[in-house]
Amino acid sequence: MEIFLTYLKVFLVGGLICVIGQLLINYTKMTSSRILVIFLLLGAFLETIGVYKYIEEFGKAGATVPILGFGSSLAKGAIKGALSEGFLGALRGGIESVAVGFAGVIVIAFIVGLLARPKTKQ
Amino acid sequence: MNEPNQEYLKLVRKTMPKTKHFSTLLRAFLVGGTICSIGQGINDIYTLVFKDMPKEDITAITLLTIIFITAVLTGFGVYDKIGAFGGAGSIIPITGFANAVVSPAMERKQEGIILGLCDNMFSVAGPVIVFGISSSVLVGIIALIFKSWFI
Repeated sequence: MEIFLTYLKVFLVGGLICVIGQLLINYTKMTSSRILVIFLLLGAFLETIGVYKYIEEFGKAGATVPILGFGSSLAKGAIKGALSEGFLGALRGGIESVAVGFAGVIVIAFIVGLLARPKTKQ
Repeated sequence: MNEPNQEYLKLVRKTMPKTKHFSTLLRAFLVGGTICSIGQGINDIYTLVFKDMPKEDITAITLLTIIFITAVLTGFGVYDKIGAFGGAGSIIPITGFANAVVSPAMERKQEGIILGLCDNMFSVAGPVIVFGISSSVLVGIIALIFKSWFI
């Protein structure tokens, strides 16, 4: 029962974040690039003011899988770095916290790009 | 006799986009929620397998796994179909970011590996990376200045 409740919360939080994004698309006709940037910045902002950790506690993957989670870990890493190492930590912390994701995206995209054939050309 | 017709048309015009509007919202909710639930499932499996790993690392390899799955689905042209159905539900999860990197890389391959594939990989992801890193440095500097707020 508890596991069902967890997944319900994950579904609700993740789904609602996407509904907010869909509302933005419907009303402003924004491109996906802008939507991604806005949600990333929103995640960083919510982390900085200390709100995102509560959303994450409640929504689990519903809060970490959306791009908001990327923004939140960037801000979280930068704050942690700044407090423990000063100026260099402020520069290093953000990138370090998302390094696995960024490096993963770039390498995997490069390999898939080399191997796959574009659908439009068939 | 024309007047009621026009009123009817007005009413139709008013309500038509709304129904469409609602269906896009519902699909975004379903697809976004499903992707996040799959993420939670992968997260739970990793938590069981790697018992000593810290929570942040579990999250990192979960995201890495989702990125990998998305890249493969994009390679086979499946993610485009999910995207056409899910709208924002397929853009806002990390899968949308991965798709936005892989998709242009695939499509521009004919123009060459460096100028086609590598250059276009960042046509959507570039702004995300620039804003992401800039905002993190800004937040870091704010944390340096107002240390007491963050401890």
